[in-house]
Amino acid sequence: MNLELSHLSCERGGRTLFSDLSALLRGGELLRIAGPNGSGKTSLLRILCGLLSPTSGSVSWQGVEIRRLREEYSKQLVYIGHAAAVKDDLTAAENLRIACTLAGLPVSAPEIRQALEAFELADLQVRRLSQGQRRRAVLARLALSGSVPLWLLDEPYAALDAAAGRLVEELIGGHVARGGAVVYTTHQDTRVGASQVIDLDA
Amino acid sequence: MLEAARCIVVRDLLVAWRRRSDVATALLFFVIVTSLFPLGIGAEPDLLRLIAPGVIWVAALLSCMLSLGRLFAADHADGTLEQLLLSSAPLGVIAAAKALAHWLVAGVPLVLIAPLIALQYDLPAPLYPVLALSLLLGTPVLSLIGAIGAALTLGLRGGGVLLSLLVLPLYVPVLIMGAGSVEMAAAGLAPDGQLLLLAALLVVAAAFAPWAIAAALRISTE
Repeated sequence: MNLELSHLSCERGGRTLFSDLSALLRGGELLRIAGPNGSGKTSLLRILCGLLSPTSGSVSWQGVEIRRLREEYSKQLVYIGHAAAVKDDLTAAENLRIACTLAGLPVSAPEIRQALEAFELADLQVRRLSQGQRRRAVLARLALSGSVPLWLLDEPYAALDAAAGRLVEELIGGHVARGGAVVYTTHQDTRVGASQVIDLDA
Repeated sequence: MLEAARCIVVRDLLVAWRRRSDVATALLFFVIVTSLFPLGIGAEPDLLRLIAPGVIWVAALLSCMLSLGRLFAADHADGTLEQLLLSSAPLGVIAAAKALAHWLVAGVPLVLIAPLIALQYDLPAPLYPVLALSLLLGTPVLSLIGAIGAALTLGLRGGGVLLSLLVLPLYVPVLIMGAGSVEMAAAGLAPDGQLLLLAALLVVAAAFAPWAIAAALRISTE
């Protein structure tokens, strides 16, 4: 398994966020994207999952450009973005089941209950949850995504308390140990030892 | 692939059910607009019978427009649209499922209530099935074409007005065929030709619109 970034550059609104960025990510590796606000961390992550086209350069998965793979590539990744990506009118369990079904992961009701319990979430409508609990409801998907090789996480620790932060750390650590690859952004100090760091500040 | 499509239809129906008032608003709009015409024009049965198909069809177009703005905007705002774009099914299939859910929520109620509205216009009973059938064939086209506009205007300021300007002209063929079929039947002619043309429009829209919606979504989420 490998994800190759070759000579990526990105321009947003006439401003160059980064240019000539290359890296190679293999299974069992953890890549941290660091940098201050507005340095292009989220844009880079969106490029990596194919939501955004780079101004120049390309991203390849197993040697094939992701633009050509489309949903074949989407099946191989979990992207947890900045926005909560949950429907306010649905319950945490309904949201989780929908997210997994769309990702092509077959999950059973007990598995969903287990994942929610791990994140100490009651099965309430999301509108009744606090910001941090919403974040937990989204991240609970990681507990069910062990079989998906590539995780792309945008600020996974934002809005989480210490206990939930540790749980996410454990999940990320476990995934890397299983041979999966994780890319995450943060402007905080690292908590998990990243095997590679891309610093967009430089 | 079909599992993902089914999941989206069920999800959108569930969200619509939990926000019943939104669905009721568009339906009430249809009922009120069509009720205003007999009140404004006065009780002249001949005139009302004459304008009924056109008025009901125009009201259906406008009512459909009302709910189109929310079709992708809500998903865009809460971030679930990105997850739809990254789903395991082709985006065209996802787009078709979204349009189908929109039709079930916004189109089907119109088909069901139209005969009741026709009563106000004193349309003869044999025309009810023709009116309902024309709406049954036409409203899915409205959802499919409207979804292209909704995807294109996603995230734009003043998108609602722009959406109407973009989509309403494209609705013209559906309007002409739909209202025309009822007028033909009212004149004692067979409406088959118009209805078949409507069905043809539906087939073409169902085949091509999902891919256009998908392309529009990709452009507007970049």
